Amino acid sequence: MSSKTVNELNWMIGGAQGSGVDLSASSFARSCALAGLWVYGTREYYSNIKGLHSYFEIRTSGRQIRSKVEGVDLLATFDAETVVRHADAVNPDGGIIYDPAVSQTPIEKVDTLYKDEVRQIQARLAQEGLGSDVDAILEEAKGRGVKLFAIPYGALIQEIAKRLETSELTRLNRIVNVLAVSVSLSLLGLDRRYMEESVRQAFAASRKQKLVEMNLAGVDRAYEFAKEKFGEGGLPIRLAPIQNKPRMFVVGNQAVALGKMAGGCRLQTYYPITPASDESEFLEAHENFDLLGGESNDGKGSIVVVQTEDEIAAVTMAIGGALAGTRAATSTSGPGFSLMVEGMGWAGMNEVPVVVTLYQRGGPSTGMPTRTEQGDLKFVLNASHGEFPRMVLCSGDMEECFYDAFRAMNYAERYQLPVIHLVDKGLANSNMTILPPDPNLVDIERGKLILTSGGGAPKDGEYRRFAPAEDGISPRAVLGLKGYRFWNTGDEHDELGHINENSENRIRMMKKRMSKLETADREIPVTEKVGFYAAAGRPDVTLVSWGSSKGAILEGMELLEKRGIKAEFLQIRLASPFPAQAVRERLSEAKLVIDIEQNYSAQMAAVIAEKTQINIKHRVVKFNGRPISCNEIYDSVRQIVARPEANERVILTHGA
Amino acid sequence: MALKLADVRTDLHNDWCSGCGDFGIEASLQMALTEMNVDIHRVVIFSGIGCHGKIVHWTNAFGIHTLHGRTLPFAQGAKLANPGLEVIAISGDGDGYGIGAGHFVHSGRRNVDMTYIVHDNGVYGLTKGQASPTQKLGEQTKSLPQPNINSAVNPIMLALAAGYTFIARSYAFDNRHLKDTIKRAVAHRGLALVDVLQPCPTYNDIETKAFYSGEDRPDPSTHRPVPRVYDIEKTGYNPLITTDMTNEDVDKKTLEVIRISNEWGDRIPVGVFYQNENVPTYEDRIMRRVPFYLDQPPATQQIQLQNKKSAVDLSSLLKELTIGG
Ligand SMILES: Cc1ncc(C[n+]2csc(CCOP(=O)(O)OP(=O)(O)O)c2C)c(N)n1
Ligand code: SF4
Ligand SMILES: [Mg+2]
Repeated sequence: MSSKTVNELNWMIGGAQGSGVDLSASSFARSCALAGLWVYGTREYYSNIKGLHSYFEIRTSGRQIRSKVEGVDLLATFDAETVVRHADAVNPDGGIIYDPAVSQTPIEKVDTLYKDEVRQIQARLAQEGLGSDVDAILEEAKGRGVKLFAIPYGALIQEIAKRLETSELTRLNRIVNVLAVSVSLSLLGLDRRYMEESVRQAFAASRKQKLVEMNLAGVDRAYEFAKEKFGEGGLPIRLAPIQNKPRMFVVGNQAVALGKMAGGCRLQTYYPITPASDESEFLEAHENFDLLGGESNDGKGSIVVVQTEDEIAAVTMAIGGALAGTRAATSTSGPGFSLMVEGMGWAGMNEVPVVVTLYQRGGPSTGMPTRTEQGDLKFVLNASHGEFPRMVLCSGDMEECFYDAFRAMNYAERYQLPVIHLVDKGLANSNMTILPPDPNLVDIERGKLILTSGGGAPKDGEYRRFAPAEDGISPRAVLGLKGYRFWNTGDEHDELGHINENSENRIRMMKKRMSKLETADREIPVTEKVGFYAAAGRPDVTLVSWGSSKGAILEGMELLEKRGIKAEFLQIRLASPFPAQAVRERLSEAKLVIDIEQNYSAQMAAVIAEKTQINIKHRVVKFNGRPISCNEIYDSVRQIVARPEANERVILTHGA
Repeated sequence: MALKLADVRTDLHNDWCSGCGDFGIEASLQMALTEMNVDIHRVVIFSGIGCHGKIVHWTNAFGIHTLHGRTLPFAQGAKLANPGLEVIAISGDGDGYGIGAGHFVHSGRRNVDMTYIVHDNGVYGLTKGQASPTQKLGEQTKSLPQPNINSAVNPIMLALAAGYTFIARSYAFDNRHLKDTIKRAVAHRGLALVDVLQPCPTYNDIETKAFYSGEDRPDPSTHRPVPRVYDIEKTGYNPLITTDMTNEDVDKKTLEVIRISNEWGDRIPVGVFYQNENVPTYEDRIMRRVPFYLDQPPATQQIQLQNKKSAVDLSSLLKELTIGG
């Protein structure tokens, strides 16, 4: 058993939504993290509350990881559907944990499978001369070398009930989750104390001692059972604790919320929508927070979170707050942003700093509400009638979610315009261990903001909100400030803010507003505009992308390098103002450029063509709503490098 | 120093049609501002899109001319960010009861402490006279190609159902009544609606100034017109909901509001229909969760330290999410 892989694992658990799968996944991930390991987890689910299938993949490793891999090492299940859906994803030397009680279930009795899916699976099994139930699927896997681990959950629960002298079987039934995770960890040889600690932490908030006891009894019995039945570490993969620095275990929603909080956001409005609302709920749950060295107000600061009647109200209420001088933001997804468009134009026209965090998901329309996509780039760049300046930031990972959320608040005030922070479901709902972000890496910059009358208020009529300025940015006073009266209107206006359609005025005001983008482009350092990851040596290929594809690309590059393909990566982080010069410099010399995006039409490639006149011929796109894996990057780039002329457009399809 | 009317007016050219009821509303609002004991620098007026919307440009106070139908959320955002502002929101009837009807209802549920004035002229003035949500079924104002096919909404009942805690109606050409009603609305603690009957001489040839003042029906003895508009509070009606009232008393009052607000035609009620200051404002409700909200509202919080670093101490939050160490 010496040839075991250590600390490189992809674990999957699935089950009906609402049955506690999420808890299983987080307790598994937490156990690994407690053992010092790095974790990257993704969650796939339907737009449904109870009953439909959801699954989690938790990848864990001794080094920091930031993307999804293909192939499951250990699949933990307790229902028929998870076996049926995912058994074929298990690696040949991997394992499946299953409940023998469901193994006789006929495929067509899994009624949450689409009819087409049932027919396809039945046809596949028939071709292999197998039956048409869960057993057949397991047999199929076994034929590939997969190890099977039968766990009689029902019997184990009965035993635990007896041991705890309780008859609360319905409540106890939920500990199947803990049983599945514990058996997994036992098979992987990880000491049970990590799972025990994980359980304690998971239920710490609920303060229900009984629940903790039940679950700990579950851990105990599961470890015992697995040891008796399958021996110590029954898989060719082992998890071994390592020494590590403290790491934060976060989802993208939280990283954004923390960045906003540190970045001074004090009013957040929102209308519920997947996958954005978790961010607002996190903020509301932490509406009172600590201040540094603050004596007054018990050292507490606060954020007001308002659930509005719709997204039109969300954006306009945030704008109203910004006019009064607070840093204000809202958070939404595609359908909500569609409703915010008119408000964005008003904010552009009146030079109001407002931040919209847009969590992209599968579109158009309601699309695939719980799946990921990068389909809104060109929409946000052009949303609303007419022309006005806006900034668009695209985060590629958890750390960037934090810092970009912070910077978005800065940019909005410095350049007095709406800022869109583009993230996606892949980031929002993935969890990951990262080193804690450092808010001190970014300064709070409020630009030409006038918050107090200071040395005395100007005389009535002296203050001109939209006074001409070299850089396009006029001193901005807030509502209620004596001597700084101003008007706003969505109509074209004069320097005071009154309606004015005079031709010269129009030209002056359009130029003033639009020139702010040039100012921003001039002032913002290139490191905040693009990310660049060099190849080890002369690059064979230059990858271009943006947003959440970053993690898979970075890990894909490592895989490529092992095969002798040297790749460099240009990550666009600021989509407006577009860093044309930096992009042109990187791409004009490149040997072979491949654009990689999670949308149908390669939107960033189109933007690059528009802004730099460089036409990227090779594109790798994915639009099935499932995040890109590092293997897909590896495969598709290799395919293109091998035969560029035959592979201009590669469509990725991985993901159940 | 007492404010004069000239102080609260701008010198811009006013482009409303002559004889427009909007002039009456503008004058009453500006008179109310001068008479009220408010610091004019703290006053912020929001308006929507329509003829009414231009009122902020004629008025010398912070003036935010927003989007069609969105006056209320803009205004609430400013008020919640800085509760020290005196916020007055103004809409047209199309703006407030039509495209903005959703906001109208949900604002009632919040009860933010501010004032909402609606120019109710029965038409979409600025788009040339289409029927507004308050135009009656079957009526046909001047520019309608066919009689109005929709029933009218009753703003008073809608406000009552939505939870407004001050509900009033006034008439654009009764300066004194309107001015006083606006003053009471501003003084009210909570969200106050003032629906203002506003003649639009250009497009509404039914609810005209002559109609409201009853020029078609002179008193047989004095030969003076008998106005259709009458003040309910002069008939002894009392709009107040008080803490000593029983549930039954409140129900009775509610039914009365409904009954009176449905009067139209020969008798058109104005006045305060309903006032209840016992409902906590949205600000009160925030205070229960954010104890320092009124001392340090969003707009006045210090978000940075001297050295420009964030004033927030994230350490306990980060720790909550941190594993190991
Ligand atoms: C979203 C949107 N739709 C339509 C319009 C066109 N529009 C301008 S004013 C107006 C109606 C105004 O009517 P009302 O609110 O009653 O104001 P009034 O002109 O009567 O004072 C409309 C529909 C617009 N500005 N915005
Ligand atoms: S159209 Fe009617 S509401 Fe508009 S300004 Fe003219 S009279 Fe007034
Ligand atoms: Mg109108």
